Amino acid sequence: MKEGRPRSFYVLAIFFAAYVLFLYGPMIAIYVLSFQGPQGGLTFPMNGVSTFWIAKLFQGTGIVDLGAAFRRSLLLGIIVMIVTVVLSVAAGMAFRRKFKAQSILFYSAIASLIVPSIITSLGISLEFRIIDDLVKAHWNENFETSMGLLTSGLGAHLTWTLPFGLLIMFAIFNRFDPRLEEAARDLGATPWQTFRHVVLPIILPSVIGIGLFGFTLSWDELARSSQAIGAVNTLPLDLQGLTTTVTNPDIYALGTVISAVSFTVIALALGTIHVLNKRQAAKGSDAGKGLV
Amino acid sequence: MDTSEDILQQASPDLIRGSDTARAAKAARLSPSFISWLQAGPMMLVFLVFFLIPLVFVVIVSFWDYNEYQLLPAFSGRGYTDTFEGCIAQLPDLCTIGRTYLKTLKLCFLVWAITLFIGFWVAYFLAFHVKSKTWQMGLSLLCTIPFWTSNVIRMIAWIPLLGRNGLVNSGLMKTGLINHPVEWLLFSEFSVVLALVHLFTFFMVVPIFNSMVRIDKSLIEAAYDAGATGFQTLVNVIIPLAKPGIVIGSIFVITIVMGDFITIGVMGGQQIAAAGKIIETRVNALQFPAAAANAVILLAITFLIITMMSRIVDIKKEL
Repeated sequence: MKEGRPRSFYVLAIFFAAYVLFLYGPMIAIYVLSFQGPQGGLTFPMNGVSTFWIAKLFQGTGIVDLGAAFRRSLLLGIIVMIVTVVLSVAAGMAFRRKFKAQSILFYSAIASLIVPSIITSLGISLEFRIIDDLVKAHWNENFETSMGLLTSGLGAHLTWTLPFGLLIMFAIFNRFDPRLEEAARDLGATPWQTFRHVVLPIILPSVIGIGLFGFTLSWDELARSSQAIGAVNTLPLDLQGLTTTVTNPDIYALGTVISAVSFTVIALALGTIHVLNKRQAAKGSDAGKGLV
Repeated sequence: MDTSEDILQQASPDLIRGSDTARAAKAARLSPSFISWLQAGPMMLVFLVFFLIPLVFVVIVSFWDYNEYQLLPAFSGRGYTDTFEGCIAQLPDLCTIGRTYLKTLKLCFLVWAITLFIGFWVAYFLAFHVKSKTWQMGLSLLCTIPFWTSNVIRMIAWIPLLGRNGLVNSGLMKTGLINHPVEWLLFSEFSVVLALVHLFTFFMVVPIFNSMVRIDKSLIEAAYDAGATGFQTLVNVIIPLAKPGIVIGSIFVITIVMGDFITIGVMGGQQIAAAGKIIETRVNALQFPAAAANAVILLAITFLIITMMSRIVDIKKEL
């Protein structure tokens, strides 16, 4: 074809750069603004530079108890991450053979992904309300509620993270060489040994990717939590509540702190994936070695 | 030096120790279909308890009665009649629910068209112009990272830019283009569309990129050799082959916008009505059957749109 790069390359490169700026520009603006001076407002220009607003968050002088919400979101995020990884890997393995209800599970996952979150959230809240009413009517009149962070809230988050986990597993096994497992079996490995020592090390980078999706999607989840979380709030719900009332940089400081957690998790996950990939590339295949 | 028997012993102890143990092991081994159930069962259970049964409850409760403070488990069409109140009396004018859905569809269409345009060209650039795999990975990651951060933060991030005293207004005032700050930049339909595009173009980029990287490069070369212009190659080769990705991305974006109530709430200053927001309002008023009835309507319309879209692709495939 042509020598050098065509003109369309430069046009699209500029378009792409503009898109990236559009993605990151506004976010960077609020990270900068969260370091406003004590007199600073919600907009530029900066009125001095300080950590006043971030410090204020940690002193707990804000409107809501953010420390508790922070711990709740972290706990929920970690549990969602673990459950998402375990259930997705297990189900992903199941999909490599034919089994009954395969298509039911597949379509449930896809539907769970695209049915509007508010509907799922409302459904879960109705389900738990009806359970509560039944318990009150038949067993215990003083029963409060079965809704909560780790019951309805956990379930609501899983309906959002599990489809991503399953789709990532499909992507992994699409390019997985089954001969590796056959070789392990031929050498007498049990199914568990085959999984533990052959399959898992190969898919581990992608499994960490599933964990990354599980945690970050839960950490920032809002629409599904809105009706199904019960009496307590998660961090994003508190943040959303603040959008209508707050008129000073509190909200940016909170946004920066939440994002800092996200970015730490993203960096950790991507770093681990990178190291694992490098190790695989370095000593993954010993084909041809030791023969001579 | 190992003897061959030692090696066999290590590799497969059963073979040496005799057929008795081998047979016992075989009997204890679980049948493949049982293992599949063990592996897939937990996820199926989560979807059953937290997705499928709740959906059934939404449909059931939409036919229940209600008063000011509680659900009444008796059959009633009140959830629906309340929702469509005045729709016949006000004809030919649209009733509230009709206007709300029209507004939602309009938002949907705008966001769909813009995300499709941006998503297509971003994916095109990544798939065809970025040659090195490392760069492709890095730039895709750059597009994905914001998806792992908070949507609300990405919404409020527009406030310092678009507000009355925001960067855009003060910039325009300084250059003398306007005398008064432009009010429609924030808490308006404009800012809702902007934020939705900002948040959800990702859902368009990923599937289209996936379709595009699978296109055999020799097809494009063949088109070029056969004398097709760049535009002809785009229209006759690339777009048809990227169609599955385009449809999947469109389904994502359309269903998200149809059910959205958070972005429309925050960026619309809680002033813009939308299909998802009706449900939220009804729930806040503890009118669960009415909320459920609206959820059923929203679900039906979303399903209709998805069916129509998947029909379009199949028909094209037939031709």
